[in-house]
Formats: sequence, C-alpha cells, structure tokens
Amino acid sequence: MGARRVAIAAVLATAFLGAAATAGVLVGPAGLPARGVLEALGARLPLVPLDSPLSATQETIVFDLRLPRVALGALVGAMLAVAGGAYQGVFDNPLADPYLLGIAAGAGLGATLVIAYGPADAASTLLLPAAAFAGAAGSVGMTCAVGRAGGRGATGLILAGVTVAAFLTAAQTFVQQRNADTIRDVYGWLLGQLDTSGWPDVWLVVPYAAVAAALILAHARPLDVLRVGDEEAAALGVDVTRVRLVVVVAATIGTAAAVAVSGLIGFVGIIVPHAIRLLVGGSYRVLIPLSLVAGAGFLVIADVLARTLLAPAELPIGVVTAFCGGPFFAVVLRTSRLVSA
Amino acid sequence: MTALELRAVGVTAGGRAVLADVSLAVAPGEWAALVGPNGAGKTTTLRAIAGLVSHAGTVLIGGTDAAALGRRARARRVAVVPQVPVTPPDMSVADYVRLGRTPHLAPLAREGAADRAAAAQALGRLDLAGLAGRPMGTLSGGERQRAVLARALAQEPRGVLLDEPTSALDLARQQQALELVDGLRGSDGLTVVAAMHDLTSVALHADRVHLLSGGRLVASGAPREVLREDLLGAHYGAAVRVLDDGGELVVVPGRAAVAS
Repeated sequence: MGARRVAIAAVLATAFLGAAATAGVLVGPAGLPARGVLEALGARLPLVPLDSPLSATQETIVFDLRLPRVALGALVGAMLAVAGGAYQGVFDNPLADPYLLGIAAGAGLGATLVIAYGPADAASTLLLPAAAFAGAAGSVGMTCAVGRAGGRGATGLILAGVTVAAFLTAAQTFVQQRNADTIRDVYGWLLGQLDTSGWPDVWLVVPYAAVAAALILAHARPLDVLRVGDEEAAALGVDVTRVRLVVVVAATIGTAAAVAVSGLIGFVGIIVPHAIRLLVGGSYRVLIPLSLVAGAGFLVIADVLARTLLAPAELPIGVVTAFCGGPFFAVVLRTSRLVSA
Repeated sequence: MTALELRAVGVTAGGRAVLADVSLAVAPGEWAALVGPNGAGKTTTLRAIAGLVSHAGTVLIGGTDAAALGRRARARRVAVVPQVPVTPPDMSVADYVRLGRTPHLAPLAREGAADRAAAAQALGRLDLAGLAGRPMGTLSGGERQRAVLARALAQEPRGVLLDEPTSALDLARQQQALELVDGLRGSDGLTVVAAMHDLTSVALHADRVHLLSGGRLVASGAPREVLREDLLGAHYGAAVRVLDDGGELVVVPGRAAVAS
C-alpha cells in the first residue's frame, strides 16, 4: 500500500486515540464540568499557567479514578491488538487471537479459584490478577508441552491450545458450579472489566506490556519475511524458529498481564488487526504499530460506552467490544472489498 | 576455485535416502543444469545447497564449508528461486523485492538507503520499475516470475538456485526468463544451478548437465555427453529421441517401440 495511505491511517488512528482518551477523562457519573476537567489537567502540566478549578474530591475523581482507567484501557487494548496481530503472523492464521494458546481458560481457572476459595476480599486485592497471570502462564506452558509432544509445528501447537483450553474450561466450570454463591463475581471477571483499584493495576501491567510490545515491534520486519513462507524466509537468512518463539513468548506474556488485570475482553485482538489489514494492507511493519494505537483507542472508547450506556450500572466491556465491534467490522469488510475491487 | 562443490552429499527423509552420495562441482559463472525424472532428487539437491535440509557430506560455497557459514552469510552467497514461490497478494512489488535485502540487514535492523538502492536497481534491471507499487496479486505469471528473480537479484548473491524456473510460463515467457537469467550470468558473473525439466532448454543454456536418478548422480558432463538417448531412456523410463543438427540438440519424445 502507498506510503500516503499509511500516513493518513497513522494520523487517523492517533487522532482516534486522542479523542477516545479525552472522552474517557471527561465522561463519568460524577458529572464534572468538561472545561474544569481540562483546566485541571492543564494545570498539572509544567509551564502551563493554569489553576485547577476543581475541588480536592473532584481532583481525585479525575486523577485517581478516570485517568488510570483510561491508561489501563489503552494499555490492555494496545496489548491485545498487538498480540492478536503477532499471533496471526506467527501462525499464518487469520483466526488466531491472543487467547489462542489457552490463556483465557487458564486465567479464568486461576481467577475462579481465587474468587471461590480465596479470602472474601480477594477480588479487590492483587491476589486475583496474580492468580489469573499464573493460570495464563500455566496454560501456555501446558499447551507448549502438549504441542511439542505431538510435533507437527504450528498446527500441533494450535491443536494443543484447543485441547488445553477445553480441559481447563471444564475444570473452571466445575469449580464455578460447586460455588454458586460466587457465580456473579466469576462471570463479571470472565466478561472483562476495567473497574480498577487505580494506578497500582496500571503499574502492574506496564513493564510486561512495554517489553512485549517492544519485542513484537522489533520483529515486525521478520514477520513480514515470514509471509513468503518458512522455507523461503529461511533461504533469505531468517531464523524462522527463533523469530516464532520470541514473538509467541512476548505476545503471551503481554496478553497474560493484560488478562490478569482486565479479565477476558474478547474481539479486540481479532478485530483491530483485521480492520487495519483491510484498510492499509498486511505488512506487519504497518500493522503492528497501527494496531497498538488503534487497539488502545478502541478499548478506551468501548469502556466509555460500558460506563455510560446503563449508567449508573456498568456493562461488561467484553459485551461492548463485541456489540459495537461486530457491526463496525462488517462495515469495514464491505467497504474494503469495494476499495480493493 | 569452484563456486560450488558437493562432496558425498546425502539426505534422508522418513528413513529413506532421497539423495545419496552426490558429488559435483560448479565453476564460477557456469550454468549447471540438474535433470532427471520426478523424485530423482533435483529439488533436494538445491535445498541441501541452500541449507534448507540437513544432510550428510559437505557443501562448499566459494571454497568455504557451508556448515561454517551462518544462515545470513549463506543467503548472501546463494539466492533461491523456488518452483512455486509464495507471493502475498497484497504485498507491493517493491516491498516484495526489498525482502531480498534480508540477509544484508542485522537481525532486527531496517533497510537503509543502500538497501533501497539495491532493490530499486533490481527492479529496474528486470523492467519492473513501472510495476513497483502494484500488489503482487495483480501481476501476470511472467511479471510475477520477474519479481521473484528481482528479489533474488536484490540479494546480490554470487549464485542462484533455480527450481524449475519456467514451469508456470508459456513458451515465450519461458524463453524470456531463461534469456534473462543467462544475461545476468553474463553481466554479473552469476553462477546458476537450475533444476530443469525441458531438456531442449537445457541443451540451449547449460554448460554442464548433471543427471540424477533415484537420488544418485548417474552422469555429469557437457550437454552432448549427458543428453543421450540411451542415458535418458534408461533413467527417465521414457522413449526419447535426441536430434542433433550439428548446432543445437533437440530432445523430443519418441514412440514407445524405440525404447529398450
């Protein structure tokens, strides 16, 4: 695709993220004045001669509730979209998503165990994300062990992921049914939420997401070379096995960290990379950075909708991503066919 | 010094020897043709040279044991043009040709000005400059073949390994592609090793012919020494006639009765 088209897409994606983040900070049940919030934000910047017009309570709402929520949404959305694009490249499979290797099921089991058997306030402590992360990492470990034993390369790994996911989901459902009193908490977690305890959750994800995204971005060109197939990539001097391993490990760690704090948010990892692929082509050097920006914007805006549609109640964000993402993707699918035809 | 040398190269797949004890040498700038029936080991020989399959014996590239060369160093010396190249349909011709710069880049580096210049030059030499922005999926068979050759050229190798380079092309495109390769050989001193089916083309282009059969090298020599009715008949299991008008050799199918 032309450089011009890519540049336009980059500008649009960045503007989208900016608009989504602004909406995320401005919108909320407290009904703070938009101008006051913007001035309060400006006052925190160095060299800006503004005084915050907000009260201390209002300041807390903006800086300790809304901002970390926007930041977490952006981080999780960016990570899921980048990981989805990376998995699709590594496995040469358009249906690959970040939960491909059993992460969702493993994290779900970990979270369910903590909610059902942990201390009563487990859901609000770091025990929950820790258990979800451990479950995610454990399930990927199982998938790799089973996949390796079965051989057959990438296909074997995908089949192993399906098997491990089915097994762990069965275990998770068993625990969940035995503890009917906590079923609501479990479902709330499974459907995904960005209802955080504030900045600690954000700082929990940042190191994993940063390292994972940096590694995947660095491998964008090797992923492009892999598009001509393993044999030709090897003939061009690429260590195919190593590229695949590094990218899978990075995407998995990043996804596990995202899942640990946000639960299972479906659809982002599939829909964002594919929408970008349809609009600007499949080069990973374009796809990965654009997925990062657009994924961040998409999840932040989805969270704004999740908070407002049924206010003061909150919709699970996974419901919003699928409900809004589905029709959006259908439109992209149609128009991109018209464009490329 | 030889450009390429195989010493007792063997490849086993699934417990079966698909290539056994193949030794041959290719001089710099030479066009070596690998011929033989389907399953004789032509493609496997090319893959062993490129380091795409583990093998017994030794492959020497420019006098150096290829096993001692890294993946990238090897790819800077020999480029591979597969029989059925994978060409992502939405990838632009320019991007596709630039993939040829991969072995010249540090593992996670991006292309620099020199790489873009080399790719642009390869595009120009194969008459693809006007198609640079086109997606690969919109090219004709002949254009796609030229793009694949341009990618190999952008690799700036000393030798190219061609696997049935003309199998998907019509007669005129076949001639063009082979003349093109021959031209590059003349201008760049490129060494060519090509697995080929059309034996008349072999006679026209190859300096030396290596006849493989059942994974073994059964004859090597000038076209006139290898393209003989008795050898071809015995190893292809087909009746062929070799017509020699003193200038060119023409290999044509004969009637079954002529064989044996």
